[in-house]
Amino acid sequence: MPGALSHLRICDFTGQLAGAGATRFLAAFGAQVIRIEDPVHQGQWDILRGMPPFVDARRGVEFGGPFNNHNVEKLGITLNLRTARGKELLKELVSISDVVTENFSAGVMGRLGFDYEALKTLRNDIIYVSNCGFGHSGPYKDFKTWGPIVQAVSGLTFSSGLPDQPPSGWGYSYMDHTGGYYMAIAILMALRHRNQTGEGQWVDLGCTEAGATLAGPAILDYTVNGRPLRRPGNPNSNRSQYPAMAPHGIYPSQEEDTWIAIACRDEQDWKAIGLATGESWMQEVRFSDLRGRLLAEDALDNLLAKWTRKQDNFEAAALLQKVGVPATAVQRPQERIDQDPNTKAWGLWPTVKHSEMGAIRVDGLPVHFSETDWRMEQGGPCLGEHNEEVFGGLLGLNPDEIASLTEDGVL
Amino acid sequence: MNQPGALEGLRVIELCDELGMFAGKLLADMGAEVIKVERPEGDPTRAYPPFLDDEPGLERSLYFWHYNTSKLSVTLDLTNSVDRKRLSTLIDGTDILIQSGEVGADLEYAVLQKTNAGLIMVTLSPFGQEMPRQEEAATDLTILAGGGPVWNCGYDDHSLPPVRGGGNQGYHTASHFAVMSALVALLYRDETDKGQHIEVNAHAAANVTTEAGTYTWLVAQETVERQTGRHAAVNPSMPVQVLCKDGRYVNTGIPPRRPDSFSAVCEWLETLGLTEEFLEFPLLEQGSKRARFDMSMLQQDQELMAIFGAGRSAMNFLASRLTAYEFFVGGQQRGFQTGIIYSPEEVLEDPHFIERGFPVEVEHPELARTFTYPGAPYQFHGTPWRIRRRAPLLGEDNGHVFAEAKHS
Repeated sequence: MPGALSHLRICDFTGQLAGAGATRFLAAFGAQVIRIEDPVHQGQWDILRGMPPFVDARRGVEFGGPFNNHNVEKLGITLNLRTARGKELLKELVSISDVVTENFSAGVMGRLGFDYEALKTLRNDIIYVSNCGFGHSGPYKDFKTWGPIVQAVSGLTFSSGLPDQPPSGWGYSYMDHTGGYYMAIAILMALRHRNQTGEGQWVDLGCTEAGATLAGPAILDYTVNGRPLRRPGNPNSNRSQYPAMAPHGIYPSQEEDTWIAIACRDEQDWKAIGLATGESWMQEVRFSDLRGRLLAEDALDNLLAKWTRKQDNFEAAALLQKVGVPATAVQRPQERIDQDPNTKAWGLWPTVKHSEMGAIRVDGLPVHFSETDWRMEQGGPCLGEHNEEVFGGLLGLNPDEIASLTEDGVL
Repeated sequence: MNQPGALEGLRVIELCDELGMFAGKLLADMGAEVIKVERPEGDPTRAYPPFLDDEPGLERSLYFWHYNTSKLSVTLDLTNSVDRKRLSTLIDGTDILIQSGEVGADLEYAVLQKTNAGLIMVTLSPFGQEMPRQEEAATDLTILAGGGPVWNCGYDDHSLPPVRGGGNQGYHTASHFAVMSALVALLYRDETDKGQHIEVNAHAAANVTTEAGTYTWLVAQETVERQTGRHAAVNPSMPVQVLCKDGRYVNTGIPPRRPDSFSAVCEWLETLGLTEEFLEFPLLEQGSKRARFDMSMLQQDQELMAIFGAGRSAMNFLASRLTAYEFFVGGQQRGFQTGIIYSPEEVLEDPHFIERGFPVEVEHPELARTFTYPGAPYQFHGTPWRIRRRAPLLGEDNGHVFAEAKHS
């Protein structure tokens, strides 16, 4: 079955997750994503190539678990761009590609001789999407980032935490995922515009800016009302800001380091929580409306926590859900991946086949299409795994040429 | 200035609660004509704080302002047959329909498709339709708590609860997938004229936006544990957040691990006249003279371990002696991946983002005022991102949208 994007070819220099995540999405819908790697450094510009976790005792550039996860359904080729022949081959590839993608530091593509102006001479309607921490202009354009730095500078780290504590931040690279989503959106929008007008373009994605768009109401509270988020007692991101809700938080449950999240959206939820828990303090006048509950929120949270502490988090969540209240156990990886009936029924963890690692589960997609659904079967490519397919099949080189280019260190 | 957006000419009908509302904004700010259908009394999010001057009012919610830039607003009472007919006419003339929440939940793609074969319909819901947990109530908090992100976020002290990252990111992630998917379907339709129905599952979206928390389990069946300000991990890592002398935090990034980065730290300390105060300075000098660093030998090589530790301490020491901004810029200029922990509003006042035009001015003519909004998540050089109008007033576009629908 052809995919929704089977007609598209992407010449892909992305790596890590911020870039690889974007082309991963497109590859799952059938786009031909050709990942270009440097044979001299064995593709290790992408540090995830050899990074843990590993499926077994084997180590090396073909065994990085995250690399496999982020590069399913892509083709992998090697090309030494320090060589004149390598550059020529890249030119040929660009001329038959729809999109060029990369998430190098700003300026790297230019130094290789492949900035947008150069790409455009190879193919007039080329779409070029670059993704780096601070974008390709401005005083910080040469600054280096990875996920946690993007999150720090964009405001996301500060916005996450409990009062009287340092920021907790995000315990993973949320902006690598999300930077990848913005990059995928940018590629697709630019393709749509090309379909309509025949024009390509360059999109300069600066990940910190993408991150800063995710705090709109907090920013407007400052620019409109002059109220900064940096103020005493803030933020408390387990509480609800928009809209106001109380109780709203993450409460301890019976076993050590187990937790339950509860959100009380309205008076109906409040009554339901009262019924489900049977706690007498819920009848107190001070808690009888949202205003009162917000004013006494610390006391309210303490009382509710006394109840949750006696409960199993999954059982208590089920009890509250039964009366219509949003509640859930804070699920550990095993619980949400192997024991949650919903992720299983969705088919969220497909098994792909990696040429060296064998069968291995990966992140699926949280969407389903009625006509052209996504597909993930083939694992991330080994180094140069598709050299014959691309240089032979696509660019028309014969096996002898490919062999001698490999010998000469071009491939 | 007024170049068309990339999605010029595309029509979108939005029937969304807060789960999918952001998707409409992403499309509208790139030029799509996004018609937001509201009930006559207004969308419930018009009652979400914060408010202009802290006074509630239908046109005063800053939450609503942010999520509805560039959109049109029409009001329809879907309990009334005339208005239902109007909605059908609108949907017949649209490219994309985005739906989440109660309003429009009874619309069936199979029915809509009969009169609009190319329709792309995107339905967002907390758990997906016809799924085991579809009846469960959910909010951003429970989506992130049940879907994985929360387990990864929080503090080294596990007596403190894990943390939901701020800003309703569970809704944002679902909306990102809605937009990515709608655009994939649109490109397919450009080739084939065929529309289709897409489902977006917010709980699943959170699950696959959890990085190592997920693949560490999938690949190695190990569980990551939360840590203050850094990636949750199976084995604890060293702290990276430091309080600077101005009371702000920085992320010190990856400590020196090459001879030239040790030279850079030495130079930084020398420039600030702090070499004597930092007692491990000789170790840093040693580091700068070492031929190579084999980090895989760290556990076996005592000298290397001492040098590496001194490099890390030096970064923490420097941070404590500088303002957060001085440390951030000073570190980056020396090749370190250092970061200042800004609050969101501070981003708009930083010279880099100002020079890139990130803060944008949006006119609110009925208030005779202009306000600063966060700007483009990406800079399209041919078809710029642009807020073409502030969020619509309730039913502001009833007149021309319904008149046009009548004649089409």
